[in-house]
Amino acid sequence: MKEKKLSLKNPSFQAILTSLICIILGLLIGYIVLLLINPAGAGEAIKTIILNFLTRSSSMARAKALGNTLAKTAPLLMCALSICFCYKVGLFNIGAAGQYEAGACMGLYAALAWHMPWFICLLVAGAAGAIVGAISGALKAYRNVNEVISGIMLNWIMLYLTNMILSTKAVKDPTSPYTIKLATGNKGALIPSAGLNALFANNKTVTLAIPLAILFAVLIWMILAKTKFGYELKATGFNKEASKYAGMKEKKNIIVTLAIGGALAGIGAAFLFLTGYQEWSTTQTSVPGMGFNGIAATFLGGLHPIGTIFASFFIQSITDGGALINKSVYPSQISDLISSIIIYLCGFVLFFKFAINNWVSKRDKGGANANAVADKNDQDKKEGGDK
Amino acid sequence: MDTPYAIEMVNITKRFPGIIANDNITLQLKRGEIHALLGENGAGKSTLMSVLFGLYQAEEGIIKKDGKEVKINNPNDANDLGIGMVHQHFKLVQCFTVLENIILGVETTKGGMLQMDEARAKVKALSEKYGLQVDPDAKIEDITVGMQQRTEILKMLYRDNEILIFDEPTAVLTPQEIDELMIIMKNLAAEGKSILFITHKLNEIKAVADRVTVLRRGKYIGTVDVATTSKEEMSRMMVGRDVQMVVDKKPSEPGEVILKVENMTVASKMHSNNAVKDVSFEVREGEIVCIAGIDGNGQTELVYGLTGMEPLVDGKITLCGEDITKQSIRDRSKLLSHIPEDRHKHGLILDYPLEYNMILQRYYQPEFTSGAGFLKRKEIREYSERLEKDYDVRSGQGPVTITRAMSGGNQQKAIIAREIDKDHKLLVAVQPTRGLDVGAIEGVHRNLIAERDNGRAVLLISLELEEVMNVPDRILVMYEGEIVGELDPKKTTVEELGLYMAGAKRNVGAEKEGKEEA
Repeated sequence: MKEKKLSLKNPSFQAILTSLICIILGLLIGYIVLLLINPAGAGEAIKTIILNFLTRSSSMARAKALGNTLAKTAPLLMCALSICFCYKVGLFNIGAAGQYEAGACMGLYAALAWHMPWFICLLVAGAAGAIVGAISGALKAYRNVNEVISGIMLNWIMLYLTNMILSTKAVKDPTSPYTIKLATGNKGALIPSAGLNALFANNKTVTLAIPLAILFAVLIWMILAKTKFGYELKATGFNKEASKYAGMKEKKNIIVTLAIGGALAGIGAAFLFLTGYQEWSTTQTSVPGMGFNGIAATFLGGLHPIGTIFASFFIQSITDGGALINKSVYPSQISDLISSIIIYLCGFVLFFKFAINNWVSKRDKGGANANAVADKNDQDKKEGGDK
Repeated sequence: MDTPYAIEMVNITKRFPGIIANDNITLQLKRGEIHALLGENGAGKSTLMSVLFGLYQAEEGIIKKDGKEVKINNPNDANDLGIGMVHQHFKLVQCFTVLENIILGVETTKGGMLQMDEARAKVKALSEKYGLQVDPDAKIEDITVGMQQRTEILKMLYRDNEILIFDEPTAVLTPQEIDELMIIMKNLAAEGKSILFITHKLNEIKAVADRVTVLRRGKYIGTVDVATTSKEEMSRMMVGRDVQMVVDKKPSEPGEVILKVENMTVASKMHSNNAVKDVSFEVREGEIVCIAGIDGNGQTELVYGLTGMEPLVDGKITLCGEDITKQSIRDRSKLLSHIPEDRHKHGLILDYPLEYNMILQRYYQPEFTSGAGFLKRKEIREYSERLEKDYDVRSGQGPVTITRAMSGGNQQKAIIAREIDKDHKLLVAVQPTRGLDVGAIEGVHRNLIAERDNGRAVLLISLELEEVMNVPDRILVMYEGEIVGELDPKKTTVEELGLYMAGAKRNVGAEKEGKEEA
């Protein structure tokens, strides 16, 4: 009894539990929508969405499909890390999408126009994302422009700037709206797979990008939890005035944070476009969803860098699973709908936590007064006393 | 209406986990009287008023209005019963006009359109009747604190409230504004309004109140007539012992000059005038210098200028012989410790564990951060445990307690421990005893005197007269951004100090009036 109580109060356990509640409710509502569209195939369809690659008939096909999901998980994870990192410092980096575009733009440009090897392209992509992030950061620090506003505007600026730059002769395929395939344009810019593709039925899009992205997640977690830098950044996020009082440079910290967030999103773009998974369409008129899906993965991951690894995989998996359902009966957007419901429910994470705490404290009522509501009253009382 | 009481709170008991905030308290407010509620910080005044206002429900006891028992479950119920309150921190919309603020929530409308003319006429009539001068079309952000307070009073009158509660109304006022308020309160009482006046200032009670109810540590001490009770008796009731609270200390032995401030001028965030005007003073090692004054006379900005939180418009600061005027906060903190005025806003990161707050000024030093930039968790834990032990900081789970969950007194102790334990020559302590109970206050005073005896220079900024009279070796009085007087606490009296604080007297500064008089 005592152990169970402790585990329910444990914040990490709570985070995982609330994320699972979001997922289950999201799938449930998705299932209801499927039932409304066509009750006959709904069970099969929701199964397909959840199982994704597991529904393939042969083990080879399963491995290949899993490889594809993983290949797209890597950039999603990077975007999620970007948002997660900034969020810890009290900044909502909705501009991750624009930083992602900048990374795609300069990563591909470095590969196709300058014929750089893949690791240089990665760095260029990261630098491009960092610059875009730093613009938002500088506007916030020196002009108090909300990073959400500048981020959204930069998303569109970067979209059309990227279309423009990637339409130049050196990088665009003259016969299609897409950039030149790296396999023909510059093989050296493809991120090497280092034998990983052998594990996934020789899926060429499975590359070092995947382990690198996980490495970044661990790195971000270490920075936030273990270093002086993380201590400063989190302090700035919690209480800007107190950080200033303690002699921290809060303006510099805001810019550096968004620059790092931008670099993560920029590298994320390179993790997709430098695998040969797809090319950039220079005629696209909407901001790629990757940066926004990152928001979902961040919140579903409990705002923890390690949690976002699993959340990113899950969101990518149901997205890919959604592409496999019977399109003649169900619209392919159904998986988008489910993931957006889950995202929406993520907004209730705090509510779920509150409900859990309430439940735990109600159960404990007979015991000690270690009850959240009472604590709060106590605090109110003390604050009242302060006056 | 056969009872003389407008409102009665009978045998009220309100408990919080671990404390009884109100223990069997009875408060009876007669119609047309000014009734003071006296008690120290934490005596239970705020809790009692919150019960009356429906913010808290009492476990025991009843509330009666005109002799009939009533239930007050929320502030709307209180309002329906004609109970209104002027809060210590005004609840006004800054960018609205006075008139708009007064009618907010009780607007008269016709077909969805505001009927301002009616409201204007009513406000005008009220302000003439009670001598409450306001400019109905001025925006709140442009008017003085006194006029803001008058707006709050008009808000209550506009709602036809019969029972008016004033929560420490004079803390933010100048002496002239205090006098005006006293007259207004008397007018209101004469017109039949019943007034509850929460304060811990005895002079004000003597000036306006008919009766006073005293609380101490949540307990009801008694209700007495003001006219027949001396200030000494009232203070004894409030504190529970004779008040001559002389802090035990040796005479000071000032040494070298540690802090030298020359012609310091600091801009104000509130208005276009400078908040600190051409201020010069020195603090020597082994002495406590206190800057006294009424709240809002430039003390906050003076500290911001000293510690580097705000740039100087003009002037020079020298610390231990080094010009620090242009130095960053971090560079200054090597020799300067700062107990900030607002511990929640500046002093602590409330969501951090206690151990992280203990190193807030030192986290970057090699003692706590390795060369590679990693925090040394073991050292941080040990350091926090040592400070908690040495300075008696109490918390639920020791170093890992989230600071927000700690009591105000222990939060303050944590800040004091951190600031005193780090290397420094000068300690700037801004209202270090604000919101603390008597025992904790004595502890803080002992800390300050120990600092002095250890050869540090201490600059104390205080609003509490008792503290100003007892702790420092020298007093500088600040009025409207200037230092208007330097006094020796052993030779001066509270009355004299009051005259300087009110700007009625000065012995230093441009005019040198005091000296000419002498």
